[in-house]
Amino acid sequence: MQGTLPEQFATWFARQGWTPRPHQLAMLDAARAGESVLLIAPTGGGKTLAGFLPTLVDLAETPCPGLHTLYVSPLKALATDIARNLLRPVEQMGLSVSIETRTGDTPANRRARQRAEPPHILLTTPESLAVLLSLPDGGKMFAGLECVVVDEVHALAGTKRGDQLALGVARLGMLAPRLRRVGLSATVAHPAAIQAYIGATRIIGVADGAPPDLSMMLPEGRLSWSGHMGLEAAPPVMARIRAAGTTIVFVNTRAQAELMFQALWKLNDPALPIALHHGSLEVEQRRRVEAAMAAGKLRAVVATSSLDLGIDWGGVDQVIQVGAPKGVSRLLQRVGRANHRMDEASRAILVPANRFEVLECEAAMLGVGAREPDGDPPRSGGLDVLAQHLLGLACAAPFLPDDAYAEVCRAAPYVALTRQDFDDVLAFVENGGYALAAYERWRKLFRDSEGRVHVRSARIATQHRMNIGTIVEAPLLKVRLIGAKKRFGPVLGEIEEYFVSLLRPGDTFMFAGRLLKFLRLHEMAVECAEGGTGEPMVPAYEGGRLPLTTNLADRVRGLLQDPSRWALFPEQVQEWLRLQRTRSRMPGRNDLLVETFPRGDRWYLVAYCFEGRNAHQTLGMLLTRRMERAGMAPLGFVATDYVLGIWSADRPLNVAALFDQDMLGDDLEAWMAESSMLRRTFRNVAVIAGLIERHHPGADKSRRQVTVNSDLIYDVLRKHQPDHILLRATRADAAGGLIDLARVAGMLVRVKGRIVHMVLSRVSPLAVPVLLEIGRESVRTAEDEEKLLAEAEAIIADATGEAEQPHRGVPDRSGVKTIHRANVGRGRAEGETRQHADGKARGKPAQANLFDRLA
Amino acid sequence: MIAAPIHLAGERLMLDPSGALVWPATGTLVVSDLHLEKGSSYARKGMLLPPWDTHATLDRLTLLLRRYQPRIVVALGDSFHDAEGAARLPAGEIARLNAMTEAHRFIWVQGNHDPTPPVGLGGDHVAEFATARLVFRHDAIAGATGEISGHYHPKATVPARGGSVSRPCFVADARRIMLPAFGAYTGGLDVRDPAIMRLFPRGARVFLLGKDRLFSFALGTERRAATG
Repeated sequence: MQGTLPEQFATWFARQGWTPRPHQLAMLDAARAGESVLLIAPTGGGKTLAGFLPTLVDLAETPCPGLHTLYVSPLKALATDIARNLLRPVEQMGLSVSIETRTGDTPANRRARQRAEPPHILLTTPESLAVLLSLPDGGKMFAGLECVVVDEVHALAGTKRGDQLALGVARLGMLAPRLRRVGLSATVAHPAAIQAYIGATRIIGVADGAPPDLSMMLPEGRLSWSGHMGLEAAPPVMARIRAAGTTIVFVNTRAQAELMFQALWKLNDPALPIALHHGSLEVEQRRRVEAAMAAGKLRAVVATSSLDLGIDWGGVDQVIQVGAPKGVSRLLQRVGRANHRMDEASRAILVPANRFEVLECEAAMLGVGAREPDGDPPRSGGLDVLAQHLLGLACAAPFLPDDAYAEVCRAAPYVALTRQDFDDVLAFVENGGYALAAYERWRKLFRDSEGRVHVRSARIATQHRMNIGTIVEAPLLKVRLIGAKKRFGPVLGEIEEYFVSLLRPGDTFMFAGRLLKFLRLHEMAVECAEGGTGEPMVPAYEGGRLPLTTNLADRVRGLLQDPSRWALFPEQVQEWLRLQRTRSRMPGRNDLLVETFPRGDRWYLVAYCFEGRNAHQTLGMLLTRRMERAGMAPLGFVATDYVLGIWSADRPLNVAALFDQDMLGDDLEAWMAESSMLRRTFRNVAVIAGLIERHHPGADKSRRQVTVNSDLIYDVLRKHQPDHILLRATRADAAGGLIDLARVAGMLVRVKGRIVHMVLSRVSPLAVPVLLEIGRESVRTAEDEEKLLAEAEAIIADATGEAEQPHRGVPDRSGVKTIHRANVGRGRAEGETRQHADGKARGKPAQANLFDRLA
Repeated sequence: MIAAPIHLAGERLMLDPSGALVWPATGTLVVSDLHLEKGSSYARKGMLLPPWDTHATLDRLTLLLRRYQPRIVVALGDSFHDAEGAARLPAGEIARLNAMTEAHRFIWVQGNHDPTPPVGLGGDHVAEFATARLVFRHDAIAGATGEISGHYHPKATVPARGGSVSRPCFVADARRIMLPAFGAYTGGLDVRDPAIMRLFPRGARVFLLGKDRLFSFALGTERRAATG
């Protein structure tokens, strides 16, 4: 059956000067056959229209009231934008099709109306869908639903938002028996996994458009050895901006975005309209930037991954990627933001920030040329998300656990869910699932005589709906600008609490593209004034770094191995690599090169693992533990995306044995118990699973000091019920994410018996970049915190001449040594101590301030 | 565990790294903000936190009682997370608490979370506990001297290599000492918050809790830094 367009649509296409593309017709065929499909098309392939065309045709041919198609996008802004774009053909063809959006921003009266009289097409986000499904009348609203369209599936599958959506779609499948699922995706490394995620019977592919036109641009002069900011490149970047119409300058972190924006602004003599866009800025401000961009009013935007997805602007002439792209698919996505027409080549320029990044940029360009997208296949679904979903199910209607289990297993991320895990998650939602049956009285769910699970009260349901969602951020504080005469100015965005803890009043920091002076912390807001002076600090963000993909790491390794391809690199890089070959050797593709050498009064061990920063950090923790036991006195380590560097007081010997797989046993357990990364993961799991609420009805915010601290809960739970379902969920999450255990384990197996240990007399050329990273980076365990505190205390004591240190010794109740006397004095102290106190008051000029930054 | 001596109103006191204060001359041990039954208090409101918080807090208190063998124990208010907290105690924990109140002179100072005496437990319940030179009360009073208080759950963040370290802490100046919260689920308020800073107008010293010892830092005020 060859798809044809109904008359009305054919005319409209002709009037636009378009002919329907084969994939658009194929989508129409699939819809007529009632098939669920996945459309994979490169950016600019007319994906969205292809996704909606069948719905519009169906509604034109057989108009009927009620919700016909639900569209889910990862971005609110995208939903709004698509709604606007869809209105055009609908109006021009005179179709009577109603289109509305529903997101967290939708006013309450419109939400209520949408439930009573749903539009034909509703555009929403995974979170808003979860809220709709938790409402008692959700069943009625979705009963006649024909089609669910999931846009940018590749960005959702494998994430917790994706898990939530998959569970929601499984639910929709129960409520709407005729439901067809349609996925729209960019080119991906694992199409079969994405197909399974959406539950499509087949994939409709679109031929790739013109290959992108990629080039590398190096700053003038010597290439940097380390660092990731790439600020040296600001002058040539500025020159490119001036030469082109509209440019997006992509960077990898929010801190880098702030710095690059400032660097460009300093060079911006012609005062070109250049804007800044990143995820911590106030939504309003981001929307303004996006609107200005869409209207063609900007010459450049400095952006992070906040612009990777989103509204189709069409008018972008070039993309400049500053810093390594970290992955082929990511690079393709970003490059695709320029020139959204399939048949024209997108133009992009890569600007590496250091030598290793030159290798990575080259590897990424080769990957794009080979049309080899990367990325890991989606992992299995999070149990914390399941907990949230089960409570939502109960809020909508009572359910039988057997039915719910069967339904959940229909969602691709949960096909392998065991009944035991399901039951444990359900028990957690019911009463906490604690071995100590303490909370029978306060259980959230109860079962009736037929075994149906009910929510205990309407209040629990209300609380649940306020806390739906799977995006958990580190504690954030609003940044508020205070104008002259102490007038409240606008909120500029949010920064992490821990960064604020490093600021003293009067300090300068960089945020939202401005230099700000920190005034004070007031009622959970950071108050600041325009125009700070002195060296500014730049807020850093947890998890700001993008991990290097496995494929790209392999490509970089391959490039290093093959000197015949070094001609691709600039001469400086070639010379560097040649030198490495003479002084040491190149890391092999299938072995693990480990160098050890002395420098100063330390020994260094550098391992060229190419497994990404997260995996290297985990490996660093495990190796240093082992070295400590072996008496090598490790002092610290630093991890980059490519290598791990450890320094120690003593010479590392028997290196091959250090890398034995058995470090994944007890060492791993012991470290995981203390790891701050596990604590952070637990916090996310606890929030998503509903153990800790983000929002509470009528919460009293004045007593903010008594908040629930997830670290303390973690400690108590770990001690009393180490196999609790939330701890299991935490370990599973961490293993795949922050500690990247899978990659560490894979590598240890792969390199067994293939460790090449080079004993050198001095640092090798390839090791220089990682040595330069020392001091910029630091990872630590809870135990190290004590050392850091002692160090900070000693430095301040040195700096202030207050050099006495607490004596270590046996606890002694009677004869305790004198330690701190700072607050004694004014004649009330005992004789001996007063002398000290007075002496110090006279002898010492200024008291060191706790919050002095230690340079 | 190494306790740090400190002098207040001519009395020699010890700060214990667990967050307790000891007054050796009178055999007094002081802990603040136990927030017992905080877990069940949240459970009532729909957050099913793990239920072992009282157990964990009393475990830590038992260790201290064994080490210092005090004559008097002062619980400096907010001993229970809410007024009905004592009524929700599991039987085992009631027995432990009663053993404590029998073995020591136990003084429950009232706090804002527990304004009424705990039901079914021994010990004395007082608004504040005053001695010749020192007064023990839950919430500090501006201008008071020789005062030991709690209430604010002070914590401090110290810049350290590669980031910062945040810990509960004691805050002290020549007039008063503020204790960190001792309870298992108690969060903290940054010492720089105006609510705490106003009580230490001339700056203070903070003692961050460590595993085996305290870490001490000066906490200045801006005015002081500017003129100093």
